[in-house]
Amino acid sequence: MSVEGIQSRVWLAQRLSAMVLAVAVTVHLGGMILAVQGGLTAAEIIQRVGGNGVAASFYGIFVLAAAVHAPIGLRTVLLEMTALNPRVADGVAGVFAVAVLVLGLRAVLGFYQLGAV
Amino acid sequence: MEDMLAVSIWRGGEDGEFVSYDVPRLENQTVLDVVTYVQRKLDPGLSYRFACRVGMCGSCAMTVNGRARWTCRTHVSRVADDGRLEIAPLRNLPVVKDLSVDMVDFFDKWAKAGGAFSPTKSRADDFAAIPPGDAKRRQANAGIECIGCAVCYTSCDVVTWKPGYLGPAALNRAWTLVNDTRDGLGRARLRLVAGDDGCLGCHSQQGCQEHCPKSLSPTAAIAGLKRAVVVAVLKGKL
Ligand code: SF4
Ligand code: SF4
Ligand code: FES
Repeated sequence: MSVEGIQSRVWLAQRLSAMVLAVAVTVHLGGMILAVQGGLTAAEIIQRVGGNGVAASFYGIFVLAAAVHAPIGLRTVLLEMTALNPRVADGVAGVFAVAVLVLGLRAVLGFYQLGAV
Repeated sequence: MEDMLAVSIWRGGEDGEFVSYDVPRLENQTVLDVVTYVQRKLDPGLSYRFACRVGMCGSCAMTVNGRARWTCRTHVSRVADDGRLEIAPLRNLPVVKDLSVDMVDFFDKWAKAGGAFSPTKSRADDFAAIPPGDAKRRQANAGIECIGCAVCYTSCDVVTWKPGYLGPAALNRAWTLVNDTRDGLGRARLRLVAGDDGCLGCHSQQGCQEHCPKSLSPTAAIAGLKRAVVVAVLKGKL
């Protein structure tokens, strides 16, 4: 595939993941605000949504979208604001993507397991 | 109205400096009139460009009190309330001398963006009939009055950050050709402007259209190119 073809797909992936994030962040914040109205402890949260497959899937998608969106933006910032070689910027963005994905999914899984115990 | 203007003009190359001149204030005086006065009466060594003096050729753009403008159509009364004028060469382009910048990069990028029309017919064919109300014709119309002054290019931060970025004027030109139904370059034309250095590099912050003396909107043209890229990607044609 041509360089423009790849760059265009990466760019489009960032737009699409932004749309997912817009919904996910709204649901997440809204959910939190609703949930903590009367004060809430960690134990209560785990009790309510830990082990819940729907919550885990929702946050799994959230993490996935973040892992696509943020590294592409980071790469753009690096290319515009630093003198980094584009290959190095690609590498940094790639490592960041893997880190967000692994750490995020681990957190989602850990929370799910806490509730399932 | 004060009798004299305190004018400081950039002299020298990239590492030059501002030099002060006193210029008589006149009614209906343009910034280009001021620069011309300095060259004719005070300092014949001053280099600057102009040609038409009526806003058609696009050669007289300079940075006036910190903002890029076409100087032949900019009245002193509009930009120098306190009788002070600071006139510098355009940003984002190498300074040749004084107020003249090297425009090679700017026009090379037009060529890179596929700025040349690619005909599908010859002079032996009849005129192409395109109704004025045609949707594509209207899109093209919105951008064709560009005079190539580089005011947008000099006002775009992405150009500053990414020297390879094609810039608003070249992309605006490309969009007029994408909408020219007589043009034969098709998808290949889109490919020329699709990458990170093309329309995808634009942050849509509209510095270009804020400054364009012809009130064009390169931002809208670039948004059109982005939409065309999305369609091409989804169709697997890029
Ligand atoms: S809208 Fe795009 S082209 Fe125009 S000044 Fe901003 S980044 Fe540059
Ligand atoms: S788009 Fe406007 S500012 Fe840019 S070169 Fe054309 S006329 Fe000048
Ligand atoms: S001298 Fe031609 S546009 Fe100003």
